[in-house]
Amino acid sequence: MSRKPLSAAALLATAMLTIAGCSGGAAPSTETAVAPSDASKASGTITVLTNRTDLVQDGTMGRYAAAFNAIYPKVTVKFQGITDYEGEVKIGMNTADYGDVLLIPSAIAKGDYPKFFAPLGSTAAMSQKYRFTGKTDVKGMTYGIANFGSVNGFVYNKALWTKAGIANWPTSPAQFLGDLKEIKAKSAAAPYYTNYKDGWPLSSQWTNSAGSVSCDAKASDALAGSDKPWGEGSDLHVIDTLLYDIVHEGLSEKDPTTTNWETSKTELAKGKVGSMLLGSWAVHQVRDAATAAGQNPDDIGFMPFPAQKNGAFCATLVSDYQLAVNAHSKNKAAARAWLDWFTDKSGFATKEGGVSALKAAALPSVLKPYEDNDVKLVERSDAKTEQVNAIDNAAEIGLAKQDYRQKLIDLARGAQQGSLQGYFADLDKRWAAAAAVAGS
Amino acid sequence: MTDTTQKAAPARHPAPVRRRRHDTVSSRSWRDHPLRRITPWLFLLAPLALLVTFTYVPVGNMIYYSFTDWDGVSPDRNFTGLHNYAQLFTRPELFRVFFVSFYYLAASAVQIVIALYFATILSFDLRLRNLFKGILFFPYLINGVAIGFVFLYFFQDGGTLDSILSWFGAGGDHAWLGEPESANTSLAGVSVWRFTGLNFVLFLGAIQSIPGELYEAAQLDGATRRQQFRHIIAPGIRPVLGLSVILAISGSLAVFEIPYIMTGGSTGTSTFVIQSVKLAFQFNKTGLASACAVVLLLVILMVTWIQRRLVPDDKVDLV
Repeated sequence: MSRKPLSAAALLATAMLTIAGCSGGAAPSTETAVAPSDASKASGTITVLTNRTDLVQDGTMGRYAAAFNAIYPKVTVKFQGITDYEGEVKIGMNTADYGDVLLIPSAIAKGDYPKFFAPLGSTAAMSQKYRFTGKTDVKGMTYGIANFGSVNGFVYNKALWTKAGIANWPTSPAQFLGDLKEIKAKSAAAPYYTNYKDGWPLSSQWTNSAGSVSCDAKASDALAGSDKPWGEGSDLHVIDTLLYDIVHEGLSEKDPTTTNWETSKTELAKGKVGSMLLGSWAVHQVRDAATAAGQNPDDIGFMPFPAQKNGAFCATLVSDYQLAVNAHSKNKAAARAWLDWFTDKSGFATKEGGVSALKAAALPSVLKPYEDNDVKLVERSDAKTEQVNAIDNAAEIGLAKQDYRQKLIDLARGAQQGSLQGYFADLDKRWAAAAAVAGS
Repeated sequence: MTDTTQKAAPARHPAPVRRRRHDTVSSRSWRDHPLRRITPWLFLLAPLALLVTFTYVPVGNMIYYSFTDWDGVSPDRNFTGLHNYAQLFTRPELFRVFFVSFYYLAASAVQIVIALYFATILSFDLRLRNLFKGILFFPYLINGVAIGFVFLYFFQDGGTLDSILSWFGAGGDHAWLGEPESANTSLAGVSVWRFTGLNFVLFLGAIQSIPGELYEAAQLDGATRRQQFRHIIAPGIRPVLGLSVILAISGSLAVFEIPYIMTGGSTGTSTFVIQSVKLAFQFNKTGLASACAVVLLLVILMVTWIQRRLVPDDKVDLV
């Protein structure tokens, strides 16, 4: 038999399946997910997707579910821990089957939230009770409640800094660099650790500091209308110049290409590393590492970004993942009940060292030094996040991705040709070009 | 002669005999049954379904996506025609990453030479040759991700490689993955380590399919090992050699897992595939990334075609 009919059949089948694959699923409903008024009557099985596989495996999540069942006895909660959360959930969201309660993957464009998630209530009402509602606000409706929020700052080894003769927090990038030089001169430690290989510690942590410098909650929003986000004196300019200088002056680890996040926690705990820019959530983990390594966990401190406005430190407060209800869920009421209970009553945020989404909740203990030193917490506005992300993606810069800061470090250590000013100019050019296309 | 014709004679007309006998039961035999024509297709149904589902449909979808501005998740996508391709060809930086492939291309040449050398040696009678065959093939059996992690420690500052070098007094203090040249060379070296085994097995199989009498005859004529290689082995394995070169070139253009795991494409080790993956999953430009994939497919098809024209697939005729 000739081969023509075979290829023709294959092509035909391909074409048919392609067309079938392109027609999306049924349109999701747009009804608001409301918690049941009578807790004892709410029933159903809900699946909760989470990135915290560690908490699923060690039974912590199961204990939360048991506490939840004390109030809602007829609701069964199942957990699905996903290691590669972003990658897997994003692909799953092409179907209707992505759990009942999930963390909103960062790949989902903010404007698309109504297509995927059930609204939780009007933002005007929600913002009375919760922080960070602006992050999921689409046309006056809120689509997600934050797991918890993080405050930005440097996790540092207090004992090491004291040994180098530094008593106070540095108040400017120049002073910070000076302190790191002191540490380098007086110990064998790496004054700063970039975590270049793992990458993520270079991404959102640094970008989230925008706002800490200018003490402006709208520093991120301003990017949407800016032609020169890396212009002289801007937040990103200050932040990225500091990173460049740290690496350029040889104040970071010697070979950044083979760093290891898990090891870095222990090294920071042992005083082999001086500092790392992270969120307040990390303090707990490093203290745990210190205990495990036989060191004093109280040696681990947390300080704000070295910049002051009117004589005071500022630190941005940003939302972690936001919990949302799947618009295709068959048990929206039970899902909402879980979401509310988890946010309001579980105590999860405090236990993780984060700032609770509840406005009424107290700050976690790791932020005690911030309170003592009157660090002003700036809750980042997310009003223009959609436009900023659109420009960022169009420009292929990746403010919340590691690549552009990895290149910054490559420039600083001479692994790539070019100057910092040239790089900033290039980033500005790409941003402006993308803003002209995607920003509107 | 007569013997064979006698044997062949009944075989020539078995069907009519049988048909006559069956005619009484059914008017037509299975041989003429219309369903008979589709029998082979019934057997092919499962593999064809798998082939179409997992090869042709995804490729069809990919080609379709390459004409859209899809971001990978949104239920909406707009048809943008050739916009993605226009962008791809008007942005030179998207093609610059192809230069990284030259490192891997050079490595493939080294790899083929090493594999050929060992395949030749081990095809002769040697002590412990099965052990050496195993040792050479072993790296290919290890999962690529595991290899990435192992070599990450190997190249670490003060890691295995540095320690070994320091035994020989060579300053064991070099950030192997820290500078573009040494990073790409190191990664290409890992790829040689990993894929030599595959080439080696292909060559070994081809060499062993050459009839042994040829070697004997050559030895009787006083041919040296070198001459045997030049006149018997090399022409004997030419098709496999050609195949290896094609695989090496397409492999060099589409390098992905080793640099992705070990450096994530930083320090100038990004390849075309890594760049496509980043476009698709970091910047949500699934449409543009699909266009990249289509272009890569076409480049590889073109290279293969050119190669087949330059080196036609002749039939091997040693005798």
